[in-house]
Amino acid sequence: MIEQPIMVRIFDITKESPGVKTLFFKSKLNFEPGQFIMVWIPLLDEKPFTISYFQEELAGISVLKKGLFTNALHNMKKGDKLGIRGPYGRGFSIPKTLNSCVVGGGIGMASLATLTERLGNVTIVQGTKTASEIIYRERFKNMNICTEDGSIGFKGTTVDLFAELLKKQSFQRVYACGPEKMMYRIFELCNSRYIECEVSLDRYIKCGFGVCGQCDCSGQRICIDGPVFPSNELSNMKDFGKTLILKNGKRAYC
Amino acid sequence: MPKIDLSINLCNIKLANPTILASGILGTTKALLKRVVENGVGAVTIKSVSTEPREGHKNPTVITFEGGMLNAVGYSNPGVDAAAIEFASIEDVGAPVIASVIGTQKEDFVQVINRLSKSKFSAIEIPLSCPHTPGFGMLAEQGTPQATFDITSAVRKVTKLPLFVKISPNIPEICTVAKAAEDAGADAITAVNSMGPGMVINIEAQKPVLSFKVGGVTGDALRPIAIRCVYDIYKAVKIPIIGVGGISTGRHAIEMIMAGASAIGIGTGIYYRGIDVFKKVCEEMTQWMQENGFYSINSIVGIAHD
Ligand SMILES: Cc1cc2nc3c(=O)[nH]c(=O)nc-3n(C[C@H](O)[C@H](O)[C@H](O)COP(=O)(O)OP(=O)(O)OC[C@H]3O[C@@H](n4cnc5c(N)ncnc54)[C@H](O)[C@@H]3O)c2cc1C
Ligand SMILES: Cc1cc2nc3c(=O)[nH]c(=O)nc-3n(C[C@H](O)[C@H](O)[C@H](O)COP(=O)(O)O)c2cc1C
Repeated sequence: MIEQPIMVRIFDITKESPGVKTLFFKSKLNFEPGQFIMVWIPLLDEKPFTISYFQEELAGISVLKKGLFTNALHNMKKGDKLGIRGPYGRGFSIPKTLNSCVVGGGIGMASLATLTERLGNVTIVQGTKTASEIIYRERFKNMNICTEDGSIGFKGTTVDLFAELLKKQSFQRVYACGPEKMMYRIFELCNSRYIECEVSLDRYIKCGFGVCGQCDCSGQRICIDGPVFPSNELSNMKDFGKTLILKNGKRAYC
Repeated sequence: MPKIDLSINLCNIKLANPTILASGILGTTKALLKRVVENGVGAVTIKSVSTEPREGHKNPTVITFEGGMLNAVGYSNPGVDAAAIEFASIEDVGAPVIASVIGTQKEDFVQVINRLSKSKFSAIEIPLSCPHTPGFGMLAEQGTPQATFDITSAVRKVTKLPLFVKISPNIPEICTVAKAAEDAGADAITAVNSMGPGMVINIEAQKPVLSFKVGGVTGDALRPIAIRCVYDIYKAVKIPIIGVGGISTGRHAIEMIMAGASAIGIGTGIYYRGIDVFKKVCEEMTQWMQENGFYSINSIVGIAHD
């Protein structure tokens, strides 16, 4: 493989929420849920995004507006060109028949979307700060929704709602993606109940294929060893839930 | 049949085998260095450290092409204060660790080395040869014979550790540069850094792919050049050479050692063959030595010379 971006045209754009847009493009990527691609805007930058839609040669990325790059993506029009390379990383494991649950916090739901479709019959938890930030409401009709301000669904965080669900039922496997503190607490909850858990970690990514060392988390390269890690590996990753590495290599708290 | 021994003594540092992790590949944290050691490396080099934190260039910073890799990471590093904390108890890593130190002027090198002096590094490496970072290496004329002599002399005064000077394949007078380093007190030459710089243009985007537009070329395309550089330097200096450039198999490693290298660095090889490239290279070297009647690395060093 040659690790260089290939230019694709934006085929369609949909608005998922005031802050999130999905950009669709035609692609024959050989993609597994949980993997990511590097998206290039020439002369600007290149950043990691999960494939959040994938059907019949049409792939999509759902982008939360945050800073310079994601703003530039939001300003793109149908027909504009983007560079993509990948897919990269290890995705979620998908067992045949398991009673599982996906827990998405904020834009973390994007990483779980194609997994959710692949799993079919699965319990879905999505949480945001407020009602307008909930995404994929048409796509996944029976989500357990929660908001921090209680403007829709359960009032509280995904961790609170997940803990509530655990009082009534159990799961064989839980998948989580969202803020690291949230994922850490879901991981702890699962551990205390002997539930297998997989989370998708977020670190600053440069090369995307395991050579530059930028995305280290306790000796694991997020870009190639992850971004998805199962409980047994997370247990040995001291940085998980605690420290991350900034673009300049300095450590910071999660 | 005598047992094959891959261990070497490089400037009084004992290495279980001659493979060394090249600087800038995975050397960002202690945990990653440890992981590389678990994968069979003889010694590791940290990602180059400067006085102040540096973000480096924007992405894309590393891409590949048919013949190798192109990178313009731009020396991103947390700066020496954070590096001193990250690499505080570096002896835990389980193999000798080489500190790669960079600066825009010789005082910077001295400052970084002084501030890292509490950590138990086994050697210091100074790359005077990066082809794609303004203020450093080739873009700051640090690779000329005179500048190499000056910086090496300044560093020599402040450290007793073995001192490796890393040089560029781009300079025609490469032997003069190596000799200048030796004269200034270097204990070994690391040859080579990435070459070029090179450029890749995406023809659909009609723009260079790397954000810095140009980047150092490494991997397969660099190997014949690195072999030639080491071959030439071997004739010019008496100190050992660490041969780096395009090594990803045992055969490549043997070839480099025959050219005159006492040890070999691997960087891009991690991309070609995975993080366990070191184990694989050692196994392949052992097998080749078995088949060809060599029992020690020393007996191969420089044998391609007349
Ligand atoms: C594996 C992975 C998958 C991701 N998938 C999605 C997704 O599907 N949808 C989505 O909206 N976001 C996703 N992100 C996050 C996305 O990459 C950042 O939001 C984006 O890079 C922000 O760029 P910016 O210039 O807009 O913001 P900035 O102001 O530059 O940064 C905002 C935040 O994004 C982080 N960030 C910036 N650059 C990078 C980088 N190169 N690598 C990782 N993090 C970075 C920063 O650390 C900071 O926390 C993913 C991140 C990772 C690691
Ligand atoms: C992504 C990347 C980053 C690098 N960073 C550094 C660095 O910080 N300091 C340095 O001295 N050399 C750096 N190099 C050069 C390597 O140490 C090595 O000299 C070069 O890659 C040739 O060896 P290889 O073909 O085995 O990769 C870097 C190389 C790559 C590919």
